[in-house]
Order: sequence, then C-alpha cells, then structure tokens
Amino acid sequence: MSETLVPPAPAPLSAEEVPLGEPKMRARDVSVYYGEKQAINSVSIDVHTEHVSAFIGPSGCGKSTFLRALNRMNDTIPSARVQGQIELDGEDIYASGMDVVQLRARVGMVFQKPNPFPKSIYDNIAYGPRIHGIAEGKNELDAIVERSLIRAGLWEEVKDRLTDSGTALSGGQQQRLCIARAIAVDPEVILMDEPCSALDPIATAKIEELIDELRGSYAIVIVTHSMQQAARVSQRTAFFHLGTLVEYGSTSDIFTNPREVRTKDYITGRYG
Amino acid sequence: MSASTLLLVVLGLGLAGWLVARSRAVMFRRAASNNRIASLPNFHGWYAAIWIAVPAILFTIIWSPIADALVTQSVLAHPAAADLPAFGIARESILSEAQAVADGSANTVFNPMARELVEPFREALGKYRVIGFVVALIIAAVGGAIAFLRLRPDFRARNKVERTVLFVLLLASLVAIVTTLGIVASLVFETIRFFGMVSPIDFLFGTHWAPNPMSNPDNPDPSRYGAIPLFWGTLFIGAIIAMIVAIPIGMMSAIYLNQYAPARMRTWLKPALEVLAGVPTVVYGYFAALTVAPAIRDMALAIGVSNPSSESALAAGVVMGVMIIPFVSSMADDSITAVPQAMADGSLAMGATQNETIKRVLVPAALPGIVAGVMLAISRAIGETMIVVMAASFAANLSANPLDAMTTVTVQIVALLTGEGSFDHPATLAAFALGFVLFMVTLGLNFIALRVVKRFREAYE
Ligand SMILES: Nc1ncnc2c1ncn2[C@@H]1O[C@H](COP(=O)(O)OP(=O)(O)OP(=O)(O)O)[C@@H](O)[C@H]1O
Ligand SMILES: [Mg+2]
Repeated sequence: MSETLVPPAPAPLSAEEVPLGEPKMRARDVSVYYGEKQAINSVSIDVHTEHVSAFIGPSGCGKSTFLRALNRMNDTIPSARVQGQIELDGEDIYASGMDVVQLRARVGMVFQKPNPFPKSIYDNIAYGPRIHGIAEGKNELDAIVERSLIRAGLWEEVKDRLTDSGTALSGGQQQRLCIARAIAVDPEVILMDEPCSALDPIATAKIEELIDELRGSYAIVIVTHSMQQAARVSQRTAFFHLGTLVEYGSTSDIFTNPREVRTKDYITGRYG
Repeated sequence: MSASTLLLVVLGLGLAGWLVARSRAVMFRRAASNNRIASLPNFHGWYAAIWIAVPAILFTIIWSPIADALVTQSVLAHPAAADLPAFGIARESILSEAQAVADGSANTVFNPMARELVEPFREALGKYRVIGFVVALIIAAVGGAIAFLRLRPDFRARNKVERTVLFVLLLASLVAIVTTLGIVASLVFETIRFFGMVSPIDFLFGTHWAPNPMSNPDNPDPSRYGAIPLFWGTLFIGAIIAMIVAIPIGMMSAIYLNQYAPARMRTWLKPALEVLAGVPTVVYGYFAALTVAPAIRDMALAIGVSNPSSESALAAGVVMGVMIIPFVSSMADDSITAVPQAMADGSLAMGATQNETIKRVLVPAALPGIVAGVMLAISRAIGETMIVVMAASFAANLSANPLDAMTTVTVQIVALLTGEGSFDHPATLAAFALGFVLFMVTLGLNFIALRVVKRFREAYE
C-alpha cells in the first residue's frame, strides 16, 4: 500500500481564500427518509456565500437526496420525509410559515440532465421572472434575459435566435440555458446536481468556468462524481458515505490531507 | 355424403395423423441417445395434421362451386332439359326446384318440368360428390405421405409449424384490412353512381337539402341535394357544441387525475371515468331525447325564447360532449404523463407553484398530444349516429342558433337508407355519398392526429 496520496487534479483554481463568515445555509442533524428507508443520517453542514461546496461520494450515498432537502424539492416525492433543521439566513426552511415558492426562488437548482422547457430560449429565461413578477414591463424583462444569458456565457451564441426553442440547443448550451434560467430570478444559493455528467469535456470546461465566475455572488453547491471537478471548482468539499457525512472541510485539505481513511480511499480511487 | 361429412372425415384423418405422427416421434425420442430430438412430438403431430387436413380442406372449398357448375352443365346436357325456357326467371326456378328435391332440401316440385329433371340432378350430384370426396381423400393421403416421409428425429417440425402459425396470424390481421377496403370500394362505387345523377358541385356546395325518394329517379332535382346544411349541422353539433363541453371538462378532469388526485382516488376515479366510455350510445340517446332536450326547451322558454325546438342542436351536442369526455380526458392524461418529470421539476425548482407548472409547462408541453386527442374525439363525434338520430332533428336547417333543430350527416344517412325509396334512387344513393364524405373527413382527422401523436412521442424519447 502506497502512502503517498495522488491528488487527481492540480490545486483549486482560486488560490485566494475567502473568509467563511456567516453561513448562508446551515443544516443540523438532518435525516431524510423515503418511507421506512433512511437515506440521510444526521448530517450537519454549512454552506457559505462566495464559496463552491462540492458533495462527493459513491453512488447511492444520498448526495442528491440531501441536496434536494436544501430547497425542499423532496416535497414533490410523497414518501420523502425530512427531520432535523435546515436554515437559510437563520430562518428554518421547514418551519410551517415558510413559503416554499419563495424558498425555491432564493435557492435555485440545476439538474443532472439539462431540462429546458419546450419554449423559446427567451421564454425559458423569462419563466422565473414572470411567475415571480420580478420584471416591470417588457424592457426590464429583456434586460434580465440578456443579463442572465451573458452571465451564463450563452449570450453570444444565442442572441440572434432568442425565439428558437430551448430544446434545439446542444446539450452543453442547454445546461448553460438552465443555469441562466436559475440565475434569472436572482437566487442566493444555487444547487447543482451533477450538472456536467451529460456533457462532453469542452462543454464541461465551460460550465466549470461559469461556476467559478458565479461563485462571487452566490453560495453554490455542486454534486459531482468527478474528483478532478471537485478539486477544480470547489473551495469546500463534503464526502458522503452511506447516508452520513464523513468529512467536510476545505477542498485542499480533503484532497491532500484527509482526516478519515474512508475519504482517502475514496479520493484515491481505492474505494470499490 | 355432404360437404360437412367430407369436412369431418378430413378432420378425423388429420387427428389420426396427429396421433400417429406424435407417437412415432415419441418413439424416436426414446431411441435417441440423450432423450432429445429436434422438435417435440407435439410439433410432429401438428405438422402431419396440417399436411393432411389443410390441402384437403382447401380443395373442398374450391371444389364446391366447380362441382355446382359441372352438375348444372351435365343436367342441361340431359334430353329432358331440352324443352326448358331459354332464359330468365322461369328457367332458373325450374332448375333450382329440381336441385332442391335432388339434394333432399325439398320434398316435391310444383313445376312438372322440374320433375323430369330431378333424376338427372340426383345422378350428377352423386357423381360429382363422389369425385370430390375421392380427390379430397387422395389429397389428404398424399399430404399425409409427405408429412410422414419427413418424420425423422432430426426433422425440424417446430419451425415449419411455427411458419404456418405465422401465416394464420397474417391472414387474421388481413381480414380487417381487406374488409375495410371492401367497404370503401362499395362506398366509392355507389358514390360514383350518385354523382352520375347529381353533380358533386351541387351536392357539396348546395344549401338546400330535401331529397324526395318518391320523385322520378331518372330525373333528380339537383337543387334538392345540397348537403351544406348537413355538414354544418354535423360540425355544429359534433365539433363545436360537443367540444365546448368535452374539452374543458375532459382537460380539467385529466389534470386533476394526473396531478392532484391522491393515489387512492385515482385508482377508482379513472376506471369510473372509463366506464362512461363503455355506456352504449343508445343510452346517451335516450338521455338526450327524454331528459336534456325537454330541459333545454323549458329553459329556453323560461328565458323568453319564443318557440324553441324540442330537438335542439344544443341537446344533442351537449350529450355527445358528455359521451366524449372520458375520451378527451384519457388522451390528455396520457399526454401529460408523457411529459418528462424533469420538466415539472425544473419549473417547481424555479419556485413555480404546482398550478403554474401545470398551466405554463405541462399543458403546453403536452399540447400536441392533447390536440391530437381532440381531433380523434371530433372524428368520433361527427361519426356518432345513435345520439343524434334520437335527439337531433331530421330537418336540415342552416342556422347558428343552438336552440334550432338541426340534422347531421349520420342522421340523414339513416333516414335515406331506411326510407321508402328504391335502392337505385338518387335519394338512396345520396346516403353513400354522405357516408363517403364522412369517411374521408374522419380518416383525414385520424391520420393527422396519429401523426401528431407520433411526432410528439418522438420528441420525448
Ligand atoms: N424517490 C425515491 N424513493 C425511494 N428511495 C429513493 C428515492 N430516491 C433515492 N432513493 C434512495 O435513497 C438513497 C440515496 O439516493 P440518492 O439519489 O440521494 O443518491 P446519490 O448519492 O445522489 O447517488 P448518485 O451518485 O447515483 O446520484 C439511495 O439508496 C436511493 O435508492
Ligand atoms: Mg444523485
């Protein structure tokens, strides 16, 4: 058994460390059940603005389940049940007074498979602002659409065909469209569940670049199966295993100096 | 020794062949080293039975008209046939009387001339029956011999039998198609005859409909064959009034069932809705004629409409719409289900409510499928007969007032075909032309709808 750790990728892009400050979201002793089956067992984690947090771990360990607990998307699964406490800016998101609609506007989500609506590119982006009544009048809506597409790095590619269907774009463009759609409502947190797993390396590189740019304004959580990706884009990494949080810390620590042997085995690929 | 005896004998031989071939195959199997032969004994049995029975039965089927012709020919060659009337009904009836007595289906003849012919008929019938019987048996024997010669342990009877099964299945599926083609052909034929008497222009664009089955058939008045009022009535009742009822209710029930209904509710509500589709249309017809129509007339009177019809288009259309609800609902339900969950998730994750998600994402995404379902529903509604026969009027009015009496294409087809006109009369033939137009329209609607559905399915696969 070799003792040297082989980091799968160079050190994270962003060398400068941003001070953590107050957490944007704080999860305490969160357990999630599907019917009788427990998928997440007592996970506590903090998510910070201006940071990308990567969730890694073997398939089926509950990364998606936990991610969906953060914007209450688990509510759409009838059998799912969440215990414990999750706060957004100190406010319990599972409290009875919480407006799920408002919560999801503040905590946006990007899915594994790009899922643009079968509408025009423009209408895809305008969807959120319209339902939340963010824009006043057509000009403002146009501005939001343009700004979101620019931020998602898609504007140059689609500015001449905003009326084309969003589903007619390539996979990578669709995923950036979905990111643009998510940021159009100006969320505070963006959750991404394996956003690049359906994309080729070039499209993946674009999305990673985009995530790094967006980090400045949002708290971003990304679930990924790629160690390289976690190392490249994230400042903090959480390793999940069998429904529990094994280790959570700065990405460089996790990849170069993990405290837990399970983490080490996983990131060096020794885990089965 | 009638044809049915022959059939029984052939089938009996087939059964015998089945048993013998099967038991031989069983013996092969015992002899085989590992107890295995290429095909199971049953397949060898079936192979023999098919070879024995099928060719012989086919021969019998072909033989019977040939034998009839040969019998008649040989009877006519008999001297007693020389004084028969040359042509016409008299000659035919004498011949058939004699034949009936000869084959035992009648006891006596009335025409003395026929009596002379009974004996020749009997002889000829007997002769050709024996010939047919013998040939059938020979064919069965030859078939059996072929089958038994091939009966070896390594013979792959299974594949051969399966090929026969395939052929039978193909034949079965062709029956429906061939029948439809036959119906269309006869429809086209009669329609062309009708258009020989009344020009298609007068028929398709005329606005006055009053065919008179008692008029002189050789000189129809084309101005009485304008079908526009019927097309309008059909459209108004089936495609407008019925859809105004069926589309919103069907859509809403589909959305409720698909998105909101708890699983337990759905398990009984959906079948309950589908049962509605199984109610015989004549029952809807009663309901329309006896309950809805008078109620609508009373309501019209109450709001001050003078002289409303008791056979209003509204009554027929509303009930037809109710009949179509389950259909629209189930098509819409399927289309919404076909929209990937990822769409709904994407919308919900943007902070849309479920209602907004349905309205802005699911229904638009499902729209092609829903439109196709509506088109199928319309084609069903305009072809529907029983409700309108019972509740709509026979009077061909061209009106946009739903309280007026109106008639439809199907109602007029029924009226014309059950009327007292002779079969060659243009008033009767007009029914075929109407049927043809209806057929083309529903065919077109179904065709387009199915293509739309197909494209829609592909979009999500
Ligand atoms: N809708 C559901 N109903 C029941 N069980 C579920 C459901 N979704 C997930 N699970 C179970 O919960 C556990 C965690 O699943 P989850 O999808 O969160 O894993 P994951 O870490 O995201 O895996 P992957 O890396 O493969 O996406 C798994 O055992 C899974 O079978
Ligand atoms: Mg997952």
